[in-house]
Amino acid sequence: MFRVVTFVVVMVLSGAVTAAPDGKALFNKHCSVCHGSEGKGGVGVPLSLPSFINSVSDEYLKKTIRVGRPGRIMPAFPKLSDAQVGAIVGHVRSWTDVPVVRFDPTPVKGDEKQGKELFLKHCAQCHGEDGKGGKGTGVSFSRKRDLPIIAPALNNPGFLASASDMMIKNTLLNGREGTPMNSFLAAGLKEKEINDVVAYVRSFEKVEVVPVDDKSNDSILVEYSGYTLEETVENLTLAIENKNFKIIRTDYFGYGFAGEAEVNKKQVVLHFCNFDFLYQALSIDPRVGMFLPCRVNVVERDGEVKIMTINPMSLSKLFNNDALNEACKEMTDLYKEILEDASL
Amino acid sequence: MNVFMKNVVLLCFFISSSASASDLIMARSSLPFSEAMTNLQVSIKEHGYTVARVQRIDVGLTGMGYETDKYRVVFVGKIDEIKYLVNKYPEMLPYMPPKVSIFAEGEDTLIVTVNPQIFAQMIEDEKDKIIFQRWESDVYSVFDDFRRAE
Repeated sequence: MFRVVTFVVVMVLSGAVTAAPDGKALFNKHCSVCHGSEGKGGVGVPLSLPSFINSVSDEYLKKTIRVGRPGRIMPAFPKLSDAQVGAIVGHVRSWTDVPVVRFDPTPVKGDEKQGKELFLKHCAQCHGEDGKGGKGTGVSFSRKRDLPIIAPALNNPGFLASASDMMIKNTLLNGREGTPMNSFLAAGLKEKEINDVVAYVRSFEKVEVVPVDDKSNDSILVEYSGYTLEETVENLTLAIENKNFKIIRTDYFGYGFAGEAEVNKKQVVLHFCNFDFLYQALSIDPRVGMFLPCRVNVVERDGEVKIMTINPMSLSKLFNNDALNEACKEMTDLYKEILEDASL
Repeated sequence: MNVFMKNVVLLCFFISSSASASDLIMARSSLPFSEAMTNLQVSIKEHGYTVARVQRIDVGLTGMGYETDKYRVVFVGKIDEIKYLVNKYPEMLPYMPPKVSIFAEGEDTLIVTVNPQIFAQMIEDEKDKIIFQRWESDVYSVFDDFRRAE
Protein backbone atom coordinates (compact mmCIF):
# COMPACT_ATOMS: atom_id res chain seq x y z
CA MET A 1 0.00 0.00 0.00
CA PHE A 2 2.83 2.36 0.91
CA ARG A 3 4.46 1.70 -2.46
CA VAL A 4 1.26 2.48 -4.30
CA VAL A 5 0.80 5.76 -2.40
CA THR A 6 4.45 6.69 -2.98
CA PHE A 7 4.08 5.92 -6.69
CA VAL A 8 0.95 8.03 -6.96
CA VAL A 9 2.57 10.94 -5.07
CA VAL A 10 5.70 10.78 -7.24
CA MET A 11 3.64 10.64 -10.44
CA VAL A 12 1.47 13.56 -9.36
CA LEU A 13 4.49 15.62 -8.35
CA SER A 14 6.45 14.83 -11.50
CA GLY A 15 3.35 15.51 -13.57
CA ALA A 16 2.91 18.83 -11.85
CA VAL A 17 6.50 19.74 -12.53
CA THR A 18 6.41 18.83 -16.21
CA ALA A 19 2.96 20.35 -16.68
CA ALA A 20 4.00 23.80 -15.46
CA PRO A 21 5.05 25.67 -18.59
CA ASP A 22 7.83 28.23 -18.42
CA GLY A 23 6.16 31.52 -19.37
CA LYS A 24 9.40 33.36 -19.96
CA ALA A 25 10.76 30.63 -22.23
CA LEU A 26 7.50 30.50 -24.15
CA PHE A 27 7.43 34.29 -24.49
CA ASN A 28 11.02 34.29 -25.74
CA LYS A 29 10.22 31.57 -28.24
CA HIS A 30 6.92 32.88 -29.62
CA CYS A 31 6.59 36.56 -28.78
CA SER A 32 9.86 38.35 -28.07
CA VAL A 33 10.93 38.54 -31.69
CA CYS A 34 8.16 41.06 -32.39
CA HIS A 35 7.41 42.47 -28.92
CA GLY A 36 10.98 42.59 -27.62
CA SER A 37 12.49 40.49 -24.82
CA GLU A 38 11.20 42.94 -22.22
CA GLY A 39 8.02 43.83 -24.05
CA LYS A 40 9.24 47.19 -25.24
CA GLY A 41 7.80 46.62 -28.71
CA GLY A 42 9.22 46.57 -32.20
CA VAL A 43 7.37 44.98 -35.07
CA GLY A 44 4.76 44.26 -32.38
CA VAL A 45 3.17 46.57 -29.81
CA PRO A 46 4.97 47.51 -26.56
CA LEU A 47 3.28 45.13 -24.12
CA SER A 48 5.18 46.44 -21.10
CA LEU A 49 3.97 50.02 -21.59
CA PRO A 50 2.37 50.67 -18.16
CA SER A 51 -0.73 52.32 -19.57
CA PHE A 52 -1.26 49.25 -21.75
CA ILE A 53 -0.47 46.35 -19.45
CA ASN A 54 -2.28 47.93 -16.51
CA SER A 55 -5.47 48.52 -18.48
CA VAL A 56 -6.01 45.19 -20.19
CA SER A 57 -7.41 42.05 -18.62
CA ASP A 58 -5.84 38.60 -18.68
CA GLU A 59 -8.81 37.48 -20.71
CA TYR A 60 -7.98 40.07 -23.38
CA LEU A 61 -4.36 38.92 -23.56
CA LYS A 62 -5.29 35.23 -23.66
CA LYS A 63 -7.85 35.71 -26.42
CA THR A 64 -5.42 37.86 -28.39
CA ILE A 65 -2.84 35.07 -28.26
CA ARG A 66 -5.47 32.55 -29.31
CA VAL A 67 -7.04 34.41 -32.23
CA GLY A 68 -4.33 36.93 -33.19
CA ARG A 69 -5.15 39.86 -35.41
CA PRO A 70 -6.07 38.60 -38.88
CA GLY A 71 -4.31 40.74 -41.48
CA ARG A 72 -2.36 42.78 -38.88
CA ILE A 73 0.81 40.67 -38.47
CA MET A 74 -0.04 39.25 -35.01
CA PRO A 75 -0.57 35.53 -35.72
CA ALA A 76 -2.96 33.22 -33.89
CA PHE A 77 -1.50 30.52 -31.66
CA PRO A 78 -4.18 27.82 -31.66
CA LYS A 79 -1.75 25.02 -30.86
CA LEU A 80 -0.58 26.38 -27.50
CA SER A 81 -2.27 24.74 -24.52
CA ASP A 82 -4.34 26.80 -22.09
CA ALA A 83 -1.57 26.33 -19.54
CA GLN A 84 1.03 27.66 -22.00
CA VAL A 85 -1.09 30.69 -22.88
CA GLY A 86 -1.65 31.32 -19.18
CA ALA A 87 2.09 31.07 -18.52
CA ILE A 88 2.86 33.61 -21.24
CA VAL A 89 0.31 36.02 -19.79
CA GLY A 90 1.79 35.40 -16.35
CA HIS A 91 5.22 36.36 -17.68
CA VAL A 92 3.83 39.54 -19.26
CA ARG A 93 2.24 40.38 -15.90
CA SER A 94 5.66 40.14 -14.24
CA TRP A 95 6.50 43.52 -15.79
CA THR A 96 4.01 45.33 -13.55
CA ASP A 97 3.14 45.46 -9.86
CA VAL A 98 -0.33 46.79 -10.50
CA PRO A 99 -3.08 44.26 -9.73
CA VAL A 100 -4.72 42.68 -12.76
CA VAL A 101 -7.70 44.66 -13.96
CA ARG A 102 -10.96 42.78 -14.42
CA PHE A 103 -13.88 44.03 -16.45
CA ASP A 104 -17.57 43.38 -16.06
CA PRO A 105 -18.53 41.30 -19.12
CA THR A 106 -21.95 42.99 -19.35
CA PRO A 107 -22.29 44.72 -22.74
CA VAL A 108 -22.29 48.52 -22.68
CA LYS A 109 -25.53 50.02 -23.93
CA GLY A 110 -25.24 53.06 -26.15
CA ASP A 111 -26.61 54.77 -29.23
CA GLU A 112 -24.70 53.37 -32.20
CA LYS A 113 -25.79 56.22 -34.50
CA GLN A 114 -24.64 58.91 -32.07
CA GLY A 115 -21.51 56.89 -31.48
CA LYS A 116 -20.67 56.94 -35.17
CA GLU A 117 -20.81 60.74 -35.26
CA LEU A 118 -18.57 60.98 -32.21
CA PHE A 119 -16.21 58.35 -33.61
CA LEU A 120 -15.82 60.22 -36.89
CA LYS A 121 -15.14 63.44 -34.97
CA HIS A 122 -12.77 62.16 -32.29
CA CYS A 123 -11.37 58.76 -33.32
CA ALA A 124 -11.29 58.45 -37.09
CA GLN A 125 -8.22 60.62 -37.49
CA CYS A 126 -6.05 57.89 -35.92
CA HIS A 127 -8.19 54.75 -36.20
CA GLY A 128 -9.65 55.46 -39.65
CA GLU A 129 -13.28 56.09 -40.56
CA ASP A 130 -14.05 52.40 -40.64
CA GLY A 131 -11.81 51.58 -37.67
CA LYS A 132 -9.16 49.88 -39.77
CA GLY A 133 -6.35 51.37 -37.70
CA GLY A 134 -3.16 53.22 -38.46
CA LYS A 135 -0.80 52.29 -41.26
CA GLY A 136 1.95 49.84 -40.43
CA THR A 137 2.11 47.76 -37.30
CA GLY A 138 4.36 48.50 -34.38
CA VAL A 139 7.58 50.39 -34.83
CA SER A 140 9.32 49.31 -38.00
CA PHE A 141 12.95 49.83 -38.86
CA SER A 142 12.20 52.66 -41.22
CA ARG A 143 9.83 54.69 -39.10
CA LYS A 144 10.93 57.31 -36.63
CA ARG A 145 10.52 56.10 -33.09
CA ASP A 146 8.44 58.97 -31.85
CA LEU A 147 5.33 56.81 -31.74
CA PRO A 148 5.36 53.89 -29.30
CA ILE A 149 2.29 52.34 -30.88
CA ILE A 150 0.24 52.57 -34.06
CA ALA A 151 -3.50 53.13 -33.66
CA PRO A 152 -4.96 49.60 -33.45
CA ALA A 153 -7.50 48.28 -35.92
CA LEU A 154 -10.74 48.45 -33.93
CA ASN A 155 -12.66 46.69 -36.69
CA ASN A 156 -10.33 43.69 -36.60
CA PRO A 157 -12.20 40.48 -35.76
CA GLY A 158 -9.37 39.48 -33.42
CA PHE A 159 -9.61 42.73 -31.47
CA LEU A 160 -13.40 42.57 -31.24
CA ALA A 161 -13.27 38.97 -30.04
CA SER A 162 -10.68 39.85 -27.38
CA ALA A 163 -11.78 43.22 -26.03
CA SER A 164 -14.88 43.48 -23.86
CA ASP A 165 -17.11 46.55 -24.06
CA MET A 166 -15.95 47.61 -20.62
CA MET A 167 -12.31 47.39 -21.62
CA ILE A 168 -12.95 49.63 -24.64
CA LYS A 169 -14.90 52.02 -22.42
CA ASN A 170 -12.12 52.08 -19.85
CA THR A 171 -9.61 53.00 -22.57
CA LEU A 172 -11.86 55.81 -23.76
CA LEU A 173 -12.38 57.07 -20.21
CA ASN A 174 -8.72 57.03 -19.20
CA GLY A 175 -6.75 57.08 -22.43
CA ARG A 176 -3.32 55.45 -22.64
CA GLU A 177 -0.56 57.57 -21.18
CA GLY A 178 2.54 57.65 -23.35
CA THR A 179 0.52 57.12 -26.54
CA PRO A 180 -1.56 59.48 -28.69
CA MET A 181 -4.71 57.96 -27.10
CA ASN A 182 -6.07 60.64 -24.79
CA SER A 183 -8.79 60.43 -22.16
CA PHE A 184 -12.09 61.33 -23.76
CA LEU A 185 -13.50 62.17 -20.36
CA ALA A 186 -10.73 64.74 -19.89
CA ALA A 187 -11.47 65.97 -23.42
CA GLY A 188 -15.02 66.82 -22.33
CA LEU A 189 -17.11 63.87 -23.45
CA LYS A 190 -19.78 62.62 -21.07
CA GLU A 191 -20.01 58.99 -20.00
CA LYS A 192 -23.18 58.54 -22.03
CA GLU A 193 -21.35 59.72 -25.16
CA ILE A 194 -18.48 57.34 -24.45
CA ASN A 195 -21.02 54.51 -24.19
CA ASP A 196 -22.28 55.54 -27.64
CA VAL A 197 -18.77 55.29 -29.05
CA VAL A 198 -18.36 51.82 -27.51
CA ALA A 199 -21.64 50.76 -29.13
CA TYR A 200 -20.40 52.00 -32.49
CA VAL A 201 -17.07 50.19 -32.15
CA ARG A 202 -18.94 47.00 -31.24
CA SER A 203 -21.07 47.46 -34.36
CA PHE A 204 -17.99 46.71 -36.48
CA GLU A 205 -18.73 43.08 -35.67
CA LYS A 206 -21.75 43.31 -37.97
CA VAL A 207 -19.59 44.21 -40.97
CA GLU A 208 -19.10 41.10 -43.01
CA VAL A 209 -15.47 40.23 -43.58
CA VAL A 210 -15.06 39.26 -47.21
CA PRO A 211 -12.32 36.68 -47.62
CA VAL A 212 -9.72 37.52 -50.22
CA ASP A 213 -10.27 35.51 -53.38
CA ASP A 214 -6.87 34.05 -54.06
CA LYS A 215 -7.85 31.44 -56.63
CA SER A 216 -6.23 33.44 -59.42
CA ASN A 217 -2.99 33.94 -57.57
CA ASP A 218 -0.46 31.73 -59.27
CA SER A 219 2.62 31.32 -57.14
CA ILE A 220 4.95 32.06 -60.02
CA LEU A 221 4.60 34.20 -63.12
CA VAL A 222 5.78 32.61 -66.36
CA GLU A 223 6.08 33.77 -69.96
CA TYR A 224 7.47 31.81 -72.87
CA SER A 225 9.84 33.83 -75.04
CA GLY A 226 10.12 33.45 -78.79
CA TYR A 227 13.63 34.86 -78.69
CA THR A 228 16.99 33.33 -77.87
CA LEU A 229 18.22 33.39 -74.29
CA GLU A 230 20.58 36.30 -75.01
CA GLU A 231 17.89 38.29 -76.86
CA THR A 232 15.41 37.66 -74.06
CA VAL A 233 17.88 38.95 -71.46
CA GLU A 234 18.38 42.08 -73.57
CA ASN A 235 14.63 42.56 -73.96
CA LEU A 236 14.13 42.00 -70.27
CA THR A 237 16.80 44.55 -69.33
CA LEU A 238 15.06 47.16 -71.48
CA ALA A 239 11.62 46.29 -70.14
CA ILE A 240 12.84 46.55 -66.54
CA GLU A 241 14.51 49.92 -67.13
CA ASN A 242 11.41 51.19 -68.93
CA LYS A 243 9.46 50.57 -65.72
CA ASN A 244 11.87 52.81 -63.77
CA PHE A 245 13.73 49.96 -62.11
CA LYS A 246 17.49 49.95 -61.84
CA ILE A 247 19.35 46.78 -62.82
CA ILE A 248 21.60 45.89 -59.90
CA ARG A 249 23.33 43.00 -61.62
CA THR A 250 22.83 40.21 -64.13
CA ASP A 251 24.43 36.86 -63.37
CA TYR A 252 23.95 33.13 -63.70
CA PHE A 253 21.90 31.10 -61.26
CA GLY A 254 24.16 29.67 -58.59
CA TYR A 255 26.75 32.39 -58.91
CA GLY A 256 28.16 33.07 -55.49
CA PHE A 257 27.98 29.40 -54.57
CA ALA A 258 30.33 28.43 -57.32
CA GLY A 259 32.69 30.14 -59.72
CA GLU A 260 31.49 31.41 -63.08
CA ALA A 261 32.99 28.40 -64.85
CA GLU A 262 30.79 26.00 -62.86
CA VAL A 263 27.41 27.73 -63.13
CA ASN A 264 24.70 26.85 -65.64
CA LYS A 265 24.83 29.57 -68.28
CA LYS A 266 21.36 28.65 -69.50
CA GLN A 267 19.91 30.05 -66.26
CA VAL A 268 20.28 33.84 -66.11
CA VAL A 269 19.09 35.98 -63.20
CA LEU A 270 18.39 39.70 -63.42
CA HIS A 271 18.36 41.52 -60.07
CA PHE A 272 16.76 44.95 -60.05
CA CYS A 273 15.22 47.51 -57.75
CA ASN A 274 13.15 50.66 -57.53
CA PHE A 275 14.22 52.22 -54.24
CA ASP A 276 11.04 54.27 -53.82
CA PHE A 277 9.01 51.10 -54.07
CA LEU A 278 11.43 49.21 -51.84
CA TYR A 279 11.20 51.84 -49.13
CA GLN A 280 7.41 51.81 -49.35
CA ALA A 281 7.29 48.02 -48.99
CA LEU A 282 9.73 47.89 -46.06
CA SER A 283 7.83 50.65 -44.30
CA ILE A 284 4.67 48.56 -44.48
CA ASP A 285 6.41 45.42 -43.26
CA PRO A 286 10.16 45.21 -42.63
CA ARG A 287 10.08 41.44 -43.04
CA VAL A 288 9.46 41.50 -46.81
CA GLY A 289 13.16 41.99 -47.48
CA MET A 290 13.67 38.28 -47.96
CA PHE A 291 11.93 38.60 -51.35
CA LEU A 292 14.11 41.52 -52.34
CA PRO A 293 15.69 42.74 -54.50
CA CYS A 294 13.34 42.05 -57.39
CA ARG A 295 14.49 39.18 -59.53
CA VAL A 296 13.56 37.56 -62.83
CA ASN A 297 14.96 34.26 -64.09
CA VAL A 298 15.49 33.49 -67.79
CA VAL A 299 15.90 29.80 -68.48
CA GLU A 300 16.67 27.89 -71.65
CA ARG A 301 15.67 24.26 -71.43
CA ASP A 302 14.79 21.70 -74.08
CA GLY A 303 14.96 24.42 -76.76
CA GLU A 304 12.46 26.67 -74.95
CA VAL A 305 13.21 30.01 -73.34
CA LYS A 306 11.07 30.84 -70.32
CA ILE A 307 10.95 33.92 -68.12
CA MET A 308 9.93 33.24 -64.53
CA THR A 309 9.53 35.16 -61.33
CA ILE A 310 7.77 34.88 -58.01
CA ASN A 311 4.22 36.19 -57.73
CA PRO A 312 4.26 38.79 -54.93
CA MET A 313 0.45 38.60 -54.55
CA SER A 314 0.59 34.96 -53.53
CA LEU A 315 3.43 35.62 -51.09
CA SER A 316 1.70 38.48 -49.29
CA LYS A 317 -0.44 35.91 -47.48
CA LEU A 318 2.59 34.60 -45.62
CA PHE A 319 2.91 37.88 -43.73
CA ASN A 320 -0.62 38.17 -42.29
CA ASN A 321 -0.48 41.84 -43.20
CA ASP A 322 -3.36 43.19 -45.29
CA ALA A 323 -1.51 46.44 -45.82
CA LEU A 324 0.98 44.56 -47.98
CA ASN A 325 -1.67 43.33 -50.39
CA GLU A 326 -1.91 46.57 -52.33
CA ALA A 327 1.86 46.91 -52.73
CA CYS A 328 2.11 43.25 -53.72
CA LYS A 329 -0.65 43.63 -56.29
CA GLU A 330 1.12 46.64 -57.76
CA MET A 331 4.36 44.66 -57.91
CA THR A 332 2.63 41.67 -59.48
CA ASP A 333 1.14 43.88 -62.20
CA LEU A 334 4.56 45.40 -62.86
CA TYR A 335 6.17 41.97 -63.09
CA LYS A 336 3.49 40.84 -65.53
CA GLU A 337 4.04 43.90 -67.72
CA ILE A 338 7.81 43.41 -67.67
CA LEU A 339 7.49 39.74 -68.61
CA GLU A 340 5.04 40.52 -71.40
CA ASP A 341 7.16 43.37 -72.76
CA ALA A 342 10.23 41.17 -72.81
CA SER A 343 8.58 38.20 -74.48
CA LEU A 344 6.48 39.92 -77.11
CA MET B 1 -0.93 18.81 -68.51
CA ASN B 2 2.86 18.63 -68.69
CA VAL B 3 5.07 18.10 -65.66
CA PHE B 4 5.99 21.79 -65.43
CA MET B 5 2.36 22.94 -65.34
CA LYS B 6 1.47 20.15 -62.91
CA ASN B 7 4.13 21.41 -60.56
CA VAL B 8 2.97 25.01 -61.01
CA VAL B 9 -0.53 23.90 -59.97
CA LEU B 10 0.95 22.16 -56.92
CA LEU B 11 2.95 25.27 -56.10
CA CYS B 12 -0.23 27.38 -56.35
CA PHE B 13 -1.95 25.01 -53.97
CA PHE B 14 0.73 25.08 -51.33
CA ILE B 15 1.10 28.85 -51.35
CA SER B 16 -2.65 29.49 -51.26
CA SER B 17 -3.18 26.92 -48.54
CA SER B 18 -0.56 28.36 -46.24
CA ALA B 19 -1.86 31.79 -45.35
CA SER B 20 -0.41 32.26 -41.92
CA ALA B 21 2.31 34.43 -40.45
CA SER B 22 3.55 31.33 -38.63
CA ASP B 23 5.02 30.26 -41.94
CA LEU B 24 7.72 32.79 -41.27
CA ILE B 25 10.51 31.86 -38.87
CA MET B 26 11.91 34.78 -36.91
CA ALA B 27 14.43 35.39 -34.15
CA ARG B 28 15.72 38.35 -32.15
CA SER B 29 19.20 38.92 -30.81
CA SER B 30 20.13 41.49 -28.22
CA LEU B 31 23.45 41.90 -29.99
CA PRO B 32 24.13 44.88 -32.23
CA PHE B 33 23.82 44.34 -35.95
CA SER B 34 27.46 43.73 -36.90
CA GLU B 35 28.04 41.11 -34.17
CA ALA B 36 24.69 39.46 -34.85
CA MET B 37 25.50 39.34 -38.57
CA THR B 38 28.85 37.67 -37.87
CA ASN B 39 27.21 35.11 -35.57
CA LEU B 40 24.56 34.35 -38.16
CA GLN B 41 27.12 33.68 -40.87
CA VAL B 42 29.26 31.55 -38.56
CA SER B 43 26.26 29.44 -37.55
CA ILE B 44 25.14 29.03 -41.17
CA LYS B 45 28.59 27.75 -42.11
CA GLU B 46 28.76 25.47 -39.07
CA HIS B 47 25.55 23.86 -40.25
CA GLY B 48 27.18 23.07 -43.59
CA TYR B 49 25.59 25.78 -45.71
CA THR B 50 27.24 28.39 -47.92
CA VAL B 51 26.57 32.11 -47.74
CA ALA B 52 26.52 32.89 -51.43
CA ARG B 53 25.96 36.61 -51.19
CA VAL B 54 24.91 39.40 -48.86
CA GLN B 55 22.72 42.06 -50.44
CA ARG B 56 23.11 45.41 -48.69
CA ILE B 57 19.59 46.79 -48.94
CA ASP B 58 20.29 49.70 -46.57
CA VAL B 59 23.19 50.98 -48.66
CA GLY B 60 20.97 51.39 -51.71
CA LEU B 61 18.27 53.11 -49.66
CA THR B 62 20.68 55.47 -47.94
CA GLY B 63 22.21 56.29 -51.31
CA MET B 64 18.78 57.39 -52.47
CA GLY B 65 18.35 59.65 -49.45
CA TYR B 66 16.19 57.41 -47.27
CA GLU B 67 16.79 57.13 -43.55
CA THR B 68 17.09 53.50 -42.55
CA ASP B 69 18.61 51.14 -40.01
CA LYS B 70 20.97 48.43 -41.22
CA TYR B 71 19.25 45.89 -43.46
CA ARG B 72 20.81 42.98 -45.38
CA VAL B 73 19.54 39.93 -47.24
CA VAL B 74 21.67 36.80 -46.94
CA PHE B 75 21.51 34.23 -49.78
CA VAL B 76 22.06 30.78 -48.28
CA GLY B 77 22.10 27.18 -49.42
CA LYS B 78 23.81 23.99 -50.43
CA ILE B 79 24.44 24.31 -54.14
CA ASP B 80 24.22 20.59 -54.90
CA GLU B 81 20.77 20.33 -53.31
CA ILE B 82 19.57 23.55 -54.94
CA LYS B 83 20.80 22.46 -58.38
CA TYR B 84 19.11 19.09 -57.91
CA LEU B 85 15.81 20.70 -56.92
CA VAL B 86 15.64 23.30 -59.70
CA ASN B 87 16.59 20.72 -62.31
CA LYS B 88 13.80 18.43 -61.16
CA TYR B 89 11.32 21.20 -60.34
CA PRO B 90 12.18 24.18 -62.62
CA GLU B 91 9.28 26.23 -61.25
CA MET B 92 11.15 26.45 -57.96
CA LEU B 93 13.90 28.49 -59.57
CA PRO B 94 12.45 31.91 -58.61
CA TYR B 95 12.39 30.84 -54.95
CA MET B 96 15.98 29.61 -54.84
CA PRO B 97 18.36 30.06 -53.15
CA PRO B 98 16.63 30.57 -49.77
CA LYS B 99 17.18 33.95 -48.17
CA VAL B 100 17.38 35.32 -44.66
CA SER B 101 16.59 38.98 -43.94
CA ILE B 102 18.59 40.54 -41.14
CA PHE B 103 17.82 44.02 -39.89
CA ALA B 104 18.51 46.25 -36.93
CA GLU B 105 15.69 47.29 -34.62
CA GLY B 106 17.13 49.79 -32.23
CA GLU B 107 19.88 48.01 -30.31
CA ASP B 108 18.54 44.58 -31.23
CA THR B 109 18.83 42.63 -34.45
CA LEU B 110 16.09 40.54 -36.09
CA ILE B 111 16.25 37.76 -38.66
CA VAL B 112 13.40 36.29 -40.67
CA THR B 113 12.98 33.64 -43.33
CA VAL B 114 10.26 31.51 -44.89
CA ASN B 115 9.78 28.09 -43.35
CA PRO B 116 11.35 25.72 -45.93
CA GLN B 117 8.55 23.22 -45.29
CA ILE B 118 6.31 25.49 -47.37
CA PHE B 119 8.31 24.49 -50.41
CA ALA B 120 8.16 20.83 -49.44
CA GLN B 121 4.40 20.78 -49.99
CA MET B 122 4.87 20.95 -53.74
CA ILE B 123 7.22 18.00 -53.90
CA GLU B 124 5.60 14.70 -54.77
CA ASP B 125 8.68 12.56 -54.29
CA GLU B 126 8.93 11.66 -50.61
CA LYS B 127 12.68 11.34 -50.96
CA ASP B 128 12.92 15.01 -51.91
CA LYS B 129 10.72 16.15 -49.04
CA ILE B 130 13.46 15.07 -46.68
CA ILE B 131 15.64 17.88 -48.05
CA PHE B 132 13.15 20.49 -46.87
CA GLN B 133 12.65 18.76 -43.53
CA ARG B 134 16.37 18.97 -42.98
CA TRP B 135 16.47 22.60 -44.08
CA GLU B 136 13.69 23.43 -41.64
CA SER B 137 15.49 21.68 -38.79
CA ASP B 138 18.69 23.54 -39.65
CA VAL B 139 16.89 26.89 -39.89
CA TYR B 140 15.51 26.40 -36.38
CA SER B 141 18.94 25.41 -35.12
CA VAL B 142 20.66 28.41 -36.74
CA PHE B 143 17.94 30.73 -35.44
CA ASP B 144 18.32 29.25 -31.93
CA ASP B 145 22.06 29.95 -32.13
CA PHE B 146 21.27 33.50 -33.19
CA ARG B 147 18.78 33.97 -30.34
CA ARG B 148 21.10 32.59 -27.67
CA ALA B 149 24.33 34.33 -28.71
CA GLU B 150 25.61 36.86 -26.19
